[in-house]
Amino acid sequence: MNDPINWQSFFFLLFGLVACVFALAVVFSSNIVRMAFYLILSLGSTSGLFFLAGADFVGAMQLLIYVGGTLVLLVFGVMLTAQGPFVSLKTRGGEWVLASIVGGALFAVLAQRAVSISDWHGPERPLTLADSGEAASQPDSATSDAAGPADETKESEPFDPDGARAEENAAEDDKEPAPPTHEGRRVELRDTRTATAIGMALSGPRVDSLGEPSAVRRGGMSSYVLPFEIVSVHLLVVLIGAAYLARTKKRFKTED
Amino acid sequence: MAQFFAETVGLPWAVAYLVTGAIQCALLILVPFVGAMAFVWMERKVSARIQDRLGPTRCGGKFGWLQLLADGLKLITKEDLRPADADGTLFRLAPYISFTASYVALLALPFASGWAAQQMNVAVFFILAVLGLEVFGVILAGYSSASKWSLFGAMRESAQVVSYEVPLGLCVVVPVLVAGTMDLVVIADMQRGLFTNWFLFHDPFTFITFFVFFTCATASVNRAPFDLAEAESELVAGFHTEYSGFRWLAFYMAEYGSMFTVSGLGAILFFGGWNGPIPIVDGLASLLGINRTEPSFGLWLVNLLGLLNFVFKTVLGVTLLIWVRWTLPRLRIDQVMKTCLKYCTPIAAVMFVGAALWTGVLFPSGMPWQTNVLGTFAEPAQLAPALVHGPAPAASETAPTTRAAAFDTDSRPVARDREPATAAQFAAQRSEGASQ
Repeated sequence: MNDPINWQSFFFLLFGLVACVFALAVVFSSNIVRMAFYLILSLGSTSGLFFLAGADFVGAMQLLIYVGGTLVLLVFGVMLTAQGPFVSLKTRGGEWVLASIVGGALFAVLAQRAVSISDWHGPERPLTLADSGEAASQPDSATSDAAGPADETKESEPFDPDGARAEENAAEDDKEPAPPTHEGRRVELRDTRTATAIGMALSGPRVDSLGEPSAVRRGGMSSYVLPFEIVSVHLLVVLIGAAYLARTKKRFKTED
Repeated sequence: MAQFFAETVGLPWAVAYLVTGAIQCALLILVPFVGAMAFVWMERKVSARIQDRLGPTRCGGKFGWLQLLADGLKLITKEDLRPADADGTLFRLAPYISFTASYVALLALPFASGWAAQQMNVAVFFILAVLGLEVFGVILAGYSSASKWSLFGAMRESAQVVSYEVPLGLCVVVPVLVAGTMDLVVIADMQRGLFTNWFLFHDPFTFITFFVFFTCATASVNRAPFDLAEAESELVAGFHTEYSGFRWLAFYMAEYGSMFTVSGLGAILFFGGWNGPIPIVDGLASLLGINRTEPSFGLWLVNLLGLLNFVFKTVLGVTLLIWVRWTLPRLRIDQVMKTCLKYCTPIAAVMFVGAALWTGVLFPSGMPWQTNVLGTFAEPAQLAPALVHGPAPAASETAPTTRAAAFDTDSRPVARDREPATAAQFAAQRSEGASQ
């Protein structure tokens, strides 16, 4: 399984590039409907990034809420520009300056944070796909501790075509777990059920608090019930407000 | 498959992955292409029968089956027109956006147990999300055509789709609630056995939910009696008034593709997916001793029969959609909104609460004649491997990952900074929290 092209990186770059290019297109376009259209593409490729990272629930959420929410923007855009054909928005010079300052500052902060993360690098061996077994493996930058699950971890070899393949086949044929070592990088398959973990965290205990040894820190890792409820109430208030605003106007008479 | 190309054929791995991906894309794209052609022919025949006509008879022998090729050829050879005032780029792109959305939804739709292009944990959710994006193509088409008819059609469509997503989502949640998972493969496999195991017959609430689901699905794929976006008696042809040739065909394929998808979704959620009403194939499989976890030729055959079963159910669903289209008159826009907001949404909400009570409080183990094991109220020990990122011996059985994807997004690095938790630990912590 020695793939000269690292597909994970390839698709990351592809989606990232599309997201960035169309985000810029949103800024530099002057037609409001086209802006909304570019925004759809940008947000859509962001959801592609989520899927790539394995967060399929968040990815689908991004599609449903953000990309779907752009629909309303698009409709408003169409309704606003329905007066004349393809009315465009012009940005004045002062707005450009202000926007560049705010945007540049935000970008600087984000870029600094992103670059300052020490172990941000791609997998040293390309993504692999296990043939018959459960374990599709990928080297991880984080070395595991000794208590790691031996069933699904495998010691990754340096770039060694035949050796790595033979080792993988052997590990899968007889289901023998690879001996845990500390110096080798560990790889494992993680269950893809991110939705379950998110659902549990929203309504009950947080999954990541289960493995926390310290009771004090575990106490601090509370679930997200309270934020969830606050957001719900907030949305309810917004709904009622919108309904109120819409209703106070004179009603349309429907023609039968 | 990538492995086959790389090792047996001797291609480099990158090319092997590309070839595999191309083959899978081609297989999947056959569904909207061939499906659309077959459904157009079917629609002609069914509508003809409903209106006491014969439909196409001359083209290609007995049932006029060559009509589908004739239709396709006619459309492809038509001139690609564009109004002079149109917003060129958007006008050209819009049909493909619709088609892409309808096509991408098929990615997550399983055709037999494990036979999905990408088996997803949140497949139901993904399909709903992507199908909702189809409306973008319609709105952009309506806007960029620079035509009043198109614009009206697009505005109606957007109002309709935004409204109907709410009851549709609520309806879909009901079987998900009963099953306890959003993975379509698991949902369908749970309904194995006699037809009483189907979620349609699980309880009265799911039974009613199906009909609300069908109504909302009809509206969401923009079919009559909800086809206000292309109401030909008032809006000429609505959002695709200005389209011709292949671009118009793309809209059409998107429509028929999403008809297939919602029918398939309905078949999986309510009608047992690839499980027949009487488990003949299952009986044979267990008689022959076919192991369902090990890939083998027998399992492949079982899946193939399941695929036929699934396609049959889906085509039945499409037929029902066609039947409804040629039977019921088109609703007015205010009636459409009323149907959604005053009827579908409240009914779906009540069904949701009812199904929750039924499965959670009244009959947690189902009716005595129901033999399926549902996930929601399963033992915590079964649920726990899903929750932790540690050792999950049951994970391979409960969620068989497909080897279909050319590049596997399932495998990814995970920071191993936490210890594996067990169900016992989980339960202990819960009781600890309760005592505090």
